[in-house]
Amino acid sequence: MHVAIVLILVAVGSVVFHFVSPWWWTPIASNWGYIDDTIIITFWITGVVFVGVMLFMAYCVIRYRFKKDRRAEYEPENTKLEVWLTVLTSIGVVVMLTPGLFVWNQFVTVPDDAVEVEVMGQQWQWSFRYPGEDGVLGTTSIANFDGDNTFGLNPDDANGQDDILIEGDDLHLLLGQPVKILLRSIDVLHDFYVPQFRAKMDMVPGSVTYFWLTPTRTGTFDILCFELCGVGHYDMRGTVVVDEEADYLAWLQEQSTFAELMAEAGAGEAGDPVLRLTESEVGATENAVTQ
Amino acid sequence: MVTVAPDEGEFVAPAEVEDVELYHAKSFITKYVFSQDAKVIAIQYTATAASIGLVALVLSWLMRLQLGFPDSFSFIDPTDYYQFITMHGMIMVIYLLTALFLGGFGNYLIPLMIGARDMVFPYVNMLSYWVYLLAVLVLVASWFVPGGPTGAGWTLYPPQAILSGTPGAEGGILLMLISLALFIVGFTMGGLNYVVTVLQARTRGMTLMRMPLTIWGIFTATVLALLAFPALFVGAVMMTFDSVLGTSFFMPAMLEFGEALEYDGGSPILFQHLFWFFGHPEVYIVALPAFGIVSDLLSVHARRHIFGYRMMVWAIVGIGGLSFVVWAHHMYVSGMNPWFGFFFATTTLIIAVPTALKVYNWTLTLWKGNINLTIPMLFAIAFIVTFVHGGITGLFLGNVVVDVPLSDTMFVVAHFHMVMGVAPLMVVFGAVYHWFPLVTGKMLHEGMGKFHFWVTFVGAYVIFLPIHYLGFLGVPRRYYEMGDTTFIPESAGTLNAFVTVIVLIVGAAQMVFLYNVIVSAIRGKASERNPWKATTLEWQTAEFPPSHGNFGAEPPVVYRWAYAYGVPGVAEDFVPQNVPPAEVAMSGGDQEEPAPQPAE
Repeated sequence: MHVAIVLILVAVGSVVFHFVSPWWWTPIASNWGYIDDTIIITFWITGVVFVGVMLFMAYCVIRYRFKKDRRAEYEPENTKLEVWLTVLTSIGVVVMLTPGLFVWNQFVTVPDDAVEVEVMGQQWQWSFRYPGEDGVLGTTSIANFDGDNTFGLNPDDANGQDDILIEGDDLHLLLGQPVKILLRSIDVLHDFYVPQFRAKMDMVPGSVTYFWLTPTRTGTFDILCFELCGVGHYDMRGTVVVDEEADYLAWLQEQSTFAELMAEAGAGEAGDPVLRLTESEVGATENAVTQ
Repeated sequence: MVTVAPDEGEFVAPAEVEDVELYHAKSFITKYVFSQDAKVIAIQYTATAASIGLVALVLSWLMRLQLGFPDSFSFIDPTDYYQFITMHGMIMVIYLLTALFLGGFGNYLIPLMIGARDMVFPYVNMLSYWVYLLAVLVLVASWFVPGGPTGAGWTLYPPQAILSGTPGAEGGILLMLISLALFIVGFTMGGLNYVVTVLQARTRGMTLMRMPLTIWGIFTATVLALLAFPALFVGAVMMTFDSVLGTSFFMPAMLEFGEALEYDGGSPILFQHLFWFFGHPEVYIVALPAFGIVSDLLSVHARRHIFGYRMMVWAIVGIGGLSFVVWAHHMYVSGMNPWFGFFFATTTLIIAVPTALKVYNWTLTLWKGNINLTIPMLFAIAFIVTFVHGGITGLFLGNVVVDVPLSDTMFVVAHFHMVMGVAPLMVVFGAVYHWFPLVTGKMLHEGMGKFHFWVTFVGAYVIFLPIHYLGFLGVPRRYYEMGDTTFIPESAGTLNAFVTVIVLIVGAAQMVFLYNVIVSAIRGKASERNPWKATTLEWQTAEFPPSHGNFGAEPPVVYRWAYAYGVPGVAEDFVPQNVPPAEVAMSGGDQEEPAPQPAE
């Protein structure tokens, strides 16, 4: 009989836990509230089914507990009941799936007014690239990487000259501006995720992936790598800052373009910037391994 | 039309296969070591799987120590941690659960439950076990090579799996790939046996639609495995080539810590497709035998026929078929073409329908039953609880857009542990308590069994329920430590410490179970024949426990389905499958025909 009590406890306890648990979504900071809504629908439907099944089992265990002189009822099939259950379950599935697919359609349809920002992942750090004044990102290739050209930009591509490169610093996004995040990895798989944005996508070497969002409140948020990328995976962190327009533009003004950085590197023969990436990479590696 | 439960005495044509002469072992070595008897092979599989499973259990302790008490254990560094999670996952999924359900329960139960004397290819069956053992040894060997075992995560995604930023890239990953290939070779030998035996060696009267659901589950799972494992096999071979020969199947042009590599043109996502084309059916390779076995446990111990037998069979077959068209739901955020999301979300949610029907029919088997709360029944109920829980969280992850925030969080970890870790293990335990008397002739100790049940079931639920909520919070999986974030409250650390303590306790309770198994096998209470009053053939053998050849001089003849419990008008509340209609004792002495079982 204990098991019946435990079944009731599981049903009631899980529901109570759901409502009193201090662990829930961190407050959202993007347009993807639809995703949260879809989850709430799923919670209600599956929650009712879960509680229903638990309580029904508890009832059966109490009501039909073994008695020597009783026989189980012999009714191998009940087509009517089985058809009803099939229909009800199918309706539940449709009610969950339909909004899910509608929201997915929005997720994969990037609005026309979205601006592009590139996130580049490597073991174990984030770098960022803005298209600059022409609004177009320059092409890149693994073959272009060297000590100066740490983004692998094509030096002959005019579109790339005004690209703004951010290395070892925060990503800034403009409040209310739809943005298509282009994702590029130069070594292994990574995944760009900001819990407050709800949206994520793997970064795959050899191709460019993307997702889009509109930041809906200002603030500073954590960027975490969400695809196992080696021993330093847990330490691959970054920061994204969502700014009002004035702050955003002021920040953008201070950043250097690809052309500026290359000129700087060519001028300073000592090669300061040359060593910068190598040092930070080695540092990150050692950090991760010794921790 | 297929009859679900033909009228008593309905004529069924004898099986085509003649009674075959078995290999009769003479020496100790051929009887108990290089044995060709499926029952001995089953014990060998089970013992090996349990041994390597204990390693996985210790690994789970270690990784939980790190998560619960970060910075407290200097002997666990990130390299160790990633090796622990990788080996824990791979061992549990492949070397424990797959081997146990198919090699262990499959070997023991298939011949006995369908009335065969043994598997149809006993020699190949023997080889299957020894190749499996070799695969396990190669896996274990990876702890003893420079760099240790691979820490690439059990999914082994390239490029990182074979590059220097990942632990075990020197030798561990190669031994892992070789071990997997060996496992698949060994499994294929066994798997062909199980399938052909079920199709060809059933005794007279044992039609497919009279088979116990245990056999349907194991049979369908084996077919899935034979179709799915080759995808993993080629993936393993291709990755080995990428690593050793420098081919570029999965490797695009890229850098390794600033240095350009020689690779060019390969696709990392191709590996993911191969892996999950195997990996998703793999979930059902573990789940379907559990579905089948739990159906029989519920029926026997509730003294009631399984509800909706034909629906249950078609659900098993349907789920098996559908499991091959849902694999990319593991890859919604992998960077594959996002339009695939529509297709795979739809197929994934469709699979919920037959699965839900199975759950309903299990509970409807309890309904109006006469429920004996034996230990196997308790574990069967615990299976339903954890499986329903894990199943509905699957509806979150399967619904593509909901998966976007949840993928690679602790929600996923909690989901798959509940649905394909805890739930199938509940069935394993229930099945061990149920069939232990058949294998040893002894009963397991009930007090220890109850203790084991309560600690394991309640403990597992308390472990995994709150972990889902860490996932909502955004806590990632595969993190050696969370460090400082702006969004994770301190209470999450307290929860992690709490979970770790429960994990240590639940793990320790498994030692009680092991002790119970070993001690009861030696000096447990003797079991009567057929202690649970079951109808199926394994309990109706010539000798108890069944000896070589299973059924004495004459193989049994089957007259009815496996679920003749509580048949109206019959004196006993069960009628074994092999009792001729004329010998079925009627209640009250009147000789009217027993109520016909519904035929269509």
